[in-house]
Order: sequence, then structure tokens, then C-alpha cells
Amino acid sequence: MGKYSAFSVFRHALTGNRNWQRAWRDPEPKSAYDVVIVGAGGHGLATAYYLAKEHGIRNVAVIEKGWLGGGNTGRNTTIVRSNYMMPGNTRFYERSLRLWENLSHELNYNVMFSQRGQYGLCHSPAQMDAARRRGNIMRANGIDAQLLSREQVQARLPYIDYSQNARFPIHGSLYQGRAGTARHDAVAWGYARAADGQGVDIIQQCEVLGYLWENGNIVGVETTKGDIKAKKVALAVAGHTGHLAEKANLRLPIETHCLQAFVSEPLKPLVDTVISFGGAHFYISQSDKGGLVMGGDLDGYNSYAQRGGLPIVEHSLASAKALIPGVSRLRLLRHWAGVMDMSMDGSPFITKTPVDGLYLNGGWCYGGFKATPASGWCYAWTIAKDEPHEDNAEFTLDRFERGYQIDEKGAGPQPNAH
Amino acid sequence: MIRINCPVCGLRDETEFTYGGDASVTRPPIDDTQLSSWMDFVFMRDNPRGEHREFWHHVQGCRQWLVLERNTANHAIGSCTLAAGRGT
Repeated sequence: MGKYSAFSVFRHALTGNRNWQRAWRDPEPKSAYDVVIVGAGGHGLATAYYLAKEHGIRNVAVIEKGWLGGGNTGRNTTIVRSNYMMPGNTRFYERSLRLWENLSHELNYNVMFSQRGQYGLCHSPAQMDAARRRGNIMRANGIDAQLLSREQVQARLPYIDYSQNARFPIHGSLYQGRAGTARHDAVAWGYARAADGQGVDIIQQCEVLGYLWENGNIVGVETTKGDIKAKKVALAVAGHTGHLAEKANLRLPIETHCLQAFVSEPLKPLVDTVISFGGAHFYISQSDKGGLVMGGDLDGYNSYAQRGGLPIVEHSLASAKALIPGVSRLRLLRHWAGVMDMSMDGSPFITKTPVDGLYLNGGWCYGGFKATPASGWCYAWTIAKDEPHEDNAEFTLDRFERGYQIDEKGAGPQPNAH
Repeated sequence: MIRINCPVCGLRDETEFTYGGDASVTRPPIDDTQLSSWMDFVFMRDNPRGEHREFWHHVQGCRQWLVLERNTANHAIGSCTLAAGRGT
């Protein structure tokens, strides 16, 4: 596999770009591996990459029922941030942001990580107090955070509604300057190429039908391409975790919900940052192609349909207009939905399971994309050493039993409220 | 838009309702001191891909709690009955 560089772009241009090698192989599965990872999204591919690179475990397969990066990796709104304040989350997401900062270099693949900053807007004195508390906790953990006044926000984001009639007046904002966006597909492709370069087999169009069992332990997977033995089977299928856990007789504190996202027609640069509205659940950024990328609330009921309803379209676009009145005549170019593992406390799982041989990475709720590098890094650690790294030590299944939920929003066991 | 056939009000848009989650979980008896049965009730869900029985509250209509059968894979609606009297 050739290394990508400015020189290689120039050299291939001279030969009409006819001689680029494919970025990863397309192998048939072997009969046995040390580790089989189910799900070739960002998390699964990152896990394979770090297993090979950090732990020297290269006899690894990533199997995928569809195509690589075709699930939530290709359906999210690409926001990366680490403004978390609950113990268990804070350090994990900061590890992720630090890995993001060097990711293009590490993978020799441009993931277009752009640290354009993220504003969490506040619309009442109470929200300002909550933002101040969150910012202080972040800073105590060595994470950048700034509390901005209304005037500072207005100087920086002149296009949002500061009028007397604004339904949600702007009181200020918590700002994280190191937050930003990344090119979601490139993250999957970059990790796939780098993992393949380490000897990992990526097997697409191969669906897991069930598990191979021996004395109550899982020792492999049954797939549409035959049985594959594995010392360890690792799930990274967020959105469909319930479905694959059920085949292993596991009942989980997860519901699957549908979340929609929207892209407007392209326009000239307007939103050069990421803005989270505090008046309703809504966030907006602008892609390099010019489309405004927006997301809002869950549809609110259990769904595996990857297809949302119009009430949330209306709700999200009403939020967009309340925040930035100038977008009112824009048309939507696309909208789509992904299915989320919504956990009972809004936080994920990276853990061993009660079934020997089976490992779980899931329950990502809204937050999976930003977590991709640290999720892979910590999951690889957990699989390789059979114990969690301290940064994912709290993401266990038994935290509910012990009363140690990580409920960032304080919403209680209501998956559709996180 | 999901349309729900409320047994009191007739066919109404989903926006009149709020979702109340899985209706197959049952609350343990109040004197049950087993941690695991309360754990199951509060946190654990079957989360099926397919037929799902679930609570909806007709909050902007008759204000009754309903039990709706709905398919989570394609949003097809089945029967809808009053939750009252089902004893959970």
C-alpha cells in the first residue's frame, strides 16, 4: 500500500490518476481468527486498527453485513467535542478529542478534522449557571472551555436572533474552541485503510446470523459466508446492538430509536463554527460543500426503520428558524435517519459481557461519532487485556445494578429523553 | 406521521400523544425486595425489531393511557386499547 503524500498526488497526476492502488483488500474470510469484530463502522474499524497497532493482535477480521461505513458512521452530523462533566465521560471524550487532533497524521489519511469551535448557547440565567458549572468541571480536567457573554457571542455570531422578540433570548454561551467537525466517511475509510495495512481482514457483505457456542461460551460466529471461529467476538454495531445481543441471550438497558438529520442546499460560508441551540434540542454547522448540516430530537418511539417522521422535520426546522431567522427561505437538499442505541442513562458501553468470549461496544446514543477514536482505542485495550482501561472503566453493564449510572443530562431511565 | 386509532377519540396524529415506552414490562409487587426484579423493570428492555407493545398517552386528547401494537421495523400500526384495568 502506497503512502499518501503531496508528492504521490503529483506523481499520479502525471499518469492521469490511472495507477492508484485500492485502499484496502477485499479478502474471503479465513476459518479462524484471534478476534472477530462485528460491524465495519468507525468504531469497529478503529478497534481493529488499535488492536493491531497498540497490542500487536493482527489476526483480526472485521465483518460487515452491508458496506463499510454505511450505518451511523455515514449518517451523523460529524460534530466532535469533549464538553462532558460526569466522571466516566470527561476523560474518555477528552482522550477522543486528543486522538482526533492527530488522526489525519496517524492514519496517513485526511479526515478533514476542522477545529472550528462549538458554541453551546444559553437562553436564561439558569442555563448560564449550568454552563458555568460544566465549564469549570471541564477546566478542572484540563479541557478548554470559555464562558462567553451575550455581547461576545453577538460579536462572533452576528447572524443569530438577538432581537427583543426572540423566542429564546441569547444570554451567553459555553464555548469549546478545540471542538469542531470531521469528514465522517473519511474516518471510516482512513481507519479501514490503516487497519488493512496492519493485516486486518475487512469482510463486507457478510451478515452475522448467530454465534458458535462451546460449553456456554462464544467461540465464533455463523455468517452468510460460513462459520468463522474466533477466540473473541466483539460487537460494534450500535443501533443494532439489541438484535445481536438477543442472539447471545443478553437483555440490555438499551432501546433503539430513530434520529434524523438534515442538509440544506449549499450556500456561501455563513456558519463557520458549530452551534448548539439551548432553547430546543438542535445543532447546526456548515459542510465544506456549503450545506447547512442540522440535527434535532429523536422521533421519540422505538424504531429500527432508518426513516423518520415529519413532526420532527418541522420541529427541527422551526428551531433553525428561531435561531437563525435568515435561513427561513432555504430549501432542504436531503434528510435521513439513523437508528441509535439509546441507553438508559445516555452513556455508552465498552465492556466484557456476562457471556465468555463476547465483548460489547454500544449504547452510543447521539454521541458515537466524536467518540470513534477513543472508543476503538479503549475497546482494543479491553479486548486485548480482558480488563478495561481506566478511561472506559465506568462504561460497564453492571453500573445500573450498582447505582452508578452516568446520566449527563439528569433525565432518568428514559431513553427517548437523553 | 404515525396515526393512532385511539379507542376514545378515533384516528389521531402522533403529535397529540406522548410515548410511554415498552408495555410488556411489569412492575414487581411493592414488597418484592429482590434487586434484580426492580433492575429488570426499570432498566432492562427486550427492544425487539418487529412487533412491539407500547404505552402512549393521549395527552392532547382524552388523556387516556393506551397500549398500542406497532412494528418497530416499518412503523405499521396494529390494535390500540385502553391501558386502564390491565393491572400493571
